[in-house]
Amino acid sequence: MTDKLLEIDHLTVRFKGARTIHAINDLSLSLGEGETLALLGESGSGKSVTLKALLRLLPPKRTEIEGDIRVGGTDILRLSGRSLQRYRGGDVSMVFQEPALALDPVYTVGAQIAETVMRHKGVSRSEAMEVALDMLKRVKIPSPERRLQNYPHELSGGMRQRVMIALALACRPRLLLADEPTTALDATVQIQILLLLRELQKEFGMGVIFVTHDIGVAVEISERIAVMYAGQIVEEGTTREIIKDPRHPYTRGLLAANLHDVARGERLAAIPGAPPALETRPASCSFAPRCALAGPDCRAGLPPVVTPAPRRRVACLRADEAVPAE
Amino acid sequence: MTLTEPLTSAPAPEARKGYWAGVAGRLARDPVSMLCLAVVAALILAAIFAPWLGLADPYKGSMIARLKPIGTPGHILGTDEQGRDMLARLIHGGRLTLFIGLMPVVFAFFIGSILGVVAGYVGGRLNTLIMRVVDVFFAFPSVLLAIAISGALGAGIVNSLVSLTIVFVPPITRVAEAVTSGVRSLDYIDAARATGASALTVIRVHVIGNVLSPIFVYATSLTSVCMILAAGLSFLGIGVRPPEPEWGLMLNTLRSAIYVDPWLSALPGVMIFVTSLCLNLLSDGVRSAMNVRD
Repeated sequence: MTDKLLEIDHLTVRFKGARTIHAINDLSLSLGEGETLALLGESGSGKSVTLKALLRLLPPKRTEIEGDIRVGGTDILRLSGRSLQRYRGGDVSMVFQEPALALDPVYTVGAQIAETVMRHKGVSRSEAMEVALDMLKRVKIPSPERRLQNYPHELSGGMRQRVMIALALACRPRLLLADEPTTALDATVQIQILLLLRELQKEFGMGVIFVTHDIGVAVEISERIAVMYAGQIVEEGTTREIIKDPRHPYTRGLLAANLHDVARGERLAAIPGAPPALETRPASCSFAPRCALAGPDCRAGLPPVVTPAPRRRVACLRADEAVPAE
Repeated sequence: MTLTEPLTSAPAPEARKGYWAGVAGRLARDPVSMLCLAVVAALILAAIFAPWLGLADPYKGSMIARLKPIGTPGHILGTDEQGRDMLARLIHGGRLTLFIGLMPVVFAFFIGSILGVVAGYVGGRLNTLIMRVVDVFFAFPSVLLAIAISGALGAGIVNSLVSLTIVFVPPITRVAEAVTSGVRSLDYIDAARATGASALTVIRVHVIGNVLSPIFVYATSLTSVCMILAAGLSFLGIGVRPPEPEWGLMLNTLRSAIYVDPWLSALPGVMIFVTSLCLNLLSDGVRSAMNVRD
């Protein structure tokens, strides 16, 4: 195991307002240099909030953050001013979900990449444009020289996402945060972007946190998977462990609910119920109301975290129960 | 899936047209806008070069040549109630009228944009403070506000400029604030922050860049209103002072001659009408030429 690139310790994020939202509850996570982790979960499970907390992009006035986030040993919750700006985009950068919205419509893509490079590397405009061109080549955009001069609306969705990736990687971050970068794309482009990200990850040797709600995507890209539910990580392990031997009932439900091997006309497997409201801090297992295995003990208190193997954990009382039958 | 093969690697065949070249091209294809542009340009050029056009002295009157009708030899557009050449006075009057009509919008554009962008980007208490003060000004109809401020400050060109600027800051601020708060919540602002841009860079580069054109278009639509208001102030005697040629003022002094020669006394009004109509149509044309985003 390599050095820890990222360590999140007991992170809690609350949004205050008319109603308090407990978005992240006591989340711990670690990532080694060059590791790829998929953060898997449904909408509203806190995946994006985790990423935004990592970049300190959450509105400070309405957000309460507790816990510890360390990137390469630096406590990023204490960064401010210059050091925060150096950290954002320099050490850690982010690929957004909707590339059409994440690129500024009034500047050419070349100018936008160059702007970031100039800010972090302090190089001249022409050198920065060279870097931008090099990055566009690396993300395999056809005729990169011409694309430099294009505005975002002149590019297709897949190309925009490639530009977004070029922009994020232009300053060689050690950690890349990808917030559902393939969700807004159609299926054939999705796989291209995934392959590209995997290739660039190997080339640059950076750590990647890849947020997705698509188990297929997670399997495709990552070495490790962390499953999130209601602002907590309910299960974590290598991709192989999660797929072959899911322990948490929620993970099992997710894996069962896929469309392959389903006969026509048959009812699709689904997890009954809906995710809980996050207005109160959970005092017991958040998944219990939807769980087939839940008993009174599940509703009595927070589930223990079981660690069946090193760097593998399951937050469930029933994790050790043999429930393979399908 | 051929990922590695670039489809075409040839450099761009021709230099790409910039955004403004595209806007100009679309504007050029609109005949109404081009006509209005020609009229406005002619008026502005005539106003700028008025002293060198070989016109009669706009200040020199003649007791025997008063209120000559349109078409009098030597005075193509006739003379006013003091025998001064109307053509010279109309063209010279354009200098003041256009100046007082356009400058307040320019000032208000800068002031209002700054206030609105700051209010929209920072939000919170500062937004409330700025926007509620703006709302107070909105409570008054713009004509009434201009008259009240001008009346309090007294007649004169500078005071007219000040009062008209004050009148136009609130609407521009409001538009700037609305556009900014819309842009602020977009992903690319977060994306810029995620790449390490400071708040100032985000505002300067990404907010201003996206916000300026809608504010600009809105401001151009205010120029015609401003011109009418400026002429109105002069008409009421709280704008430009009498010896100066100014369309609103001329309309006022020729008012008494309306029974003698209605066509003659309508001339300054025609100028005001034509200019503000052309400015309005032109700003409409610019708006639709700039709105094309895809």
